[in-house]
Amino acid sequence: MAIPANLELAAHGERRRTSLARLYLEHERLAIGASTLVVVLLLWEALGRSGLVDPLFISFPTQVAQAGWQLSHDRDFWNDVEVSATEFILGYGAALALAIPLGLAVGLSKRLQYMIGPFVDTLNAVPRVTLLPIIIIWCGIGIWSKVVVVFLGAVIPILINTQSGVKTSEARFMRVARSFCASRVKIFSSIILPGTVPFIFTGLKYGAGRALLGVVVGELYASTAGLGHMIADAGNTFQTDVVFFGVLVFMATGLIVVALLDAVERRFEKWRPDPR
Amino acid sequence: MTDGADGKRSSMSSVGPMRAARGELQMPEVLRWYLAHERAILGTLVVMLFLIGWEGLERGWWADALRPLLGASAERLRLKPIFISSPTLIAAAAFRMFFVTKEIWRDLAWSGVGYVLGLGLAIAVGIPLGLAAGWYRRFSYAVEPLLSALNATPQVAFLPLIVVWVGTGLGERVLIIFLLAVLPLAINAHAAVRTTDPRLVKVASSLGAGDWRLFRTIILPSSVPFLLAGLRRAIGRGMIGVVVGEIYGSAAGVGAMINQAGARFQTDKVFVGVLTIVAVGVILVEIVQRIERRVDVWRTPA
Amino acid sequence: MSGVRQLDCSSRMMNAKLEAQDIRLEYVQPRTNTRLLALDGVDLKIMDGEFVSIVGPSGCGKTTFLSVVDGLIAASAGRVLVDGRVVTKPGPDRAVVFQDASLLPWRTVLNNVRYGLECLNVGAREAKERASHFIEMVGLSGFEHHYPYELSGGMQQRVNLARALVMDPKILLMDEPFASLDAQTREVMQEELLQIWVKAKKTVLFVTHQIDEAIYLSDRVVVFSGRPGKVKETIPVAIERPRRLAVKREARFHAIEDRIWSLIEEDVKADRNRRNVDPSDRSF
Repeated sequence: MAIPANLELAAHGERRRTSLARLYLEHERLAIGASTLVVVLLLWEALGRSGLVDPLFISFPTQVAQAGWQLSHDRDFWNDVEVSATEFILGYGAALALAIPLGLAVGLSKRLQYMIGPFVDTLNAVPRVTLLPIIIIWCGIGIWSKVVVVFLGAVIPILINTQSGVKTSEARFMRVARSFCASRVKIFSSIILPGTVPFIFTGLKYGAGRALLGVVVGELYASTAGLGHMIADAGNTFQTDVVFFGVLVFMATGLIVVALLDAVERRFEKWRPDPR
Repeated sequence: MTDGADGKRSSMSSVGPMRAARGELQMPEVLRWYLAHERAILGTLVVMLFLIGWEGLERGWWADALRPLLGASAERLRLKPIFISSPTLIAAAAFRMFFVTKEIWRDLAWSGVGYVLGLGLAIAVGIPLGLAAGWYRRFSYAVEPLLSALNATPQVAFLPLIVVWVGTGLGERVLIIFLLAVLPLAINAHAAVRTTDPRLVKVASSLGAGDWRLFRTIILPSSVPFLLAGLRRAIGRGMIGVVVGEIYGSAAGVGAMINQAGARFQTDKVFVGVLTIVAVGVILVEIVQRIERRVDVWRTPA
Repeated sequence: MSGVRQLDCSSRMMNAKLEAQDIRLEYVQPRTNTRLLALDGVDLKIMDGEFVSIVGPSGCGKTTFLSVVDGLIAASAGRVLVDGRVVTKPGPDRAVVFQDASLLPWRTVLNNVRYGLECLNVGAREAKERASHFIEMVGLSGFEHHYPYELSGGMQQRVNLARALVMDPKILLMDEPFASLDAQTREVMQEELLQIWVKAKKTVLFVTHQIDEAIYLSDRVVVFSGRPGKVKETIPVAIERPRRLAVKREARFHAIEDRIWSLIEEDVKADRNRRNVDPSDRSF
């Protein structure tokens, strides 16, 4: 009989357990997660290597690893990485630099919010992919069209979350500030800003995901270089192992960026009781 | 003004339901009306300014107006229609496409089929998956790493792979939409089960409710808001799938139409396509929000 | 420190530390234009060094009145004087200890306590010294660099108190500061508060629901009537100081309690009846 995950009591009773069993239970999550991954990889390897499913379609882990190894010696690969990385950094950096101050300003000023609101909402509703043809007309198929797509993707979540953070400054802290006659600047720096930081990080994480998506979408659509371009090319030539490797690189990037943001966030938020 | 003694989060810039009246301050009627509708007024004003500015760029109003001042460089303020089109051109194109040639309806139907199938598949797979992960702890341990990895990856990166598997066609479009939409649904379903109020479950269990009844009467109803929120996100992401899926030369479809129009520098048609997608997305999300509001009736206001 | 005071003519000549004159407060809801009278002419005089409590039924406006005294809300009529000067906005002469400790979670205890001083542009070193002094006074030495989430509810309230005291206010306003603590901590905090009060030598206006708390702490207990708020009666507490908690079990203590309760009881029941009749009345 299964009990919902969050309700299973930790108490396993007074039964005696072997130390191995105890070790397992403590790290059960890790154990099951890791072993599932391993099983999937083994299955994959078996299917591809044996030819049960044509490796042309699915490749298999060792083949992917090999492709990766070969690519790491390929100058073109690193050039692609550099191109994609540049697109990401430029677009995301620009989005950061614009969206955070703007988000703060919009959060503070109701009027500004009324004026910018329609544009933000519209841009939020538009899948950037649909704007790609126009962006390409403007910027060509080089690096800048991707930077624009990345920028557009990241700027909205960062803006919305920052704004949201400012607006939900807790009333009770505002009351404290007022009772001590804090100036408006003081209120901003001591109450609003620190309280907004968690929201900003939420926006940054969302924005990073959408920025990465922008890189891929932009490069798949029209590009001459970059990892997405590499994946598309490899797909066209049925180099499935390269495709998988490319996807893996994107996956790793996504995980690393979020982990980095988490680490930075923790430094800013020592005062929080539990890590996110 | 009531400062909640328990410090609930409240909007900083809200004027509370009451204001202490000091004497008999009279405000001109016009000003009071303006303040009550400020949001709509400012919003509309700015949008109109934007549209007029846009139109002017394409028609060269500003270029002509500023020529005496700026000389030749004023020409910069005249932009060719292939770059930005203009509100009137777009409206004209929209009229044509919707009512004269009626081509866009076919595209909508074409994309719609893929979208419905893809979204439907995502719901059919994602929600049960998420619910199961929420209910069975060990199952969640098993699938969590896979779901997290999938979540961290831009799912669009799988597109070339999908093309390798099923070529280009309906299958490809359905699969990419599925991939994009399934995660918000699964993640929200998972969260929904895990954050069911344990007190409710305790009460039901102590009254002798079995697993299935527990699921049906407690967990499922309390999960619905989460599921609907996930559906909203899935709708938006599915839209991305519609357009992305049609990159590789689809016979028809809104995304394909946009791509072809873009290649032919028919910017006005591109915009019509963009706006159509936005409109459909907004309508769908609005429907879900209506359902959410109906379902949320029992919730204590936050 | 302050024994029982007798208000005779000569005392009345002395400037009251805090004086509220005919405070009225009316709320107007802009959309429906309904008017709600929260305070209906409150008169109050507090002398230097007194500890005065306000009790009354829920919704009678005790907290609102405190907010008016502090200047957080503007009264519709009447005025508040501190040391003879009219005050309309918050100022360094009054400090509030809210029911919710509302410590800024991103600041350490030390930085929370000196927050008010920062707002007054007091120098960093001086602020640190003063803050440390009061942190010690409330018994939290050694916790200067802890974050609020690491402190218990009682400890947070003590930081809250230190934060108010460090401002060296003329009047200390306390709004049910112990309401969110469990009963036992509450008792202990009451005793400690009196000890701190003696050391700090402040004039205190204390709002509470708990009658026994009001009596135990104060020189006088002001009883508010139900909404709209008005002073119903003022009961002097003729119990000598220093007071042990055990005094709460004495007969004379109970007598005062009974007296106050009988005053409030009618208003509490009247309020309940009114609410039963008109369930849409959510004013609280």
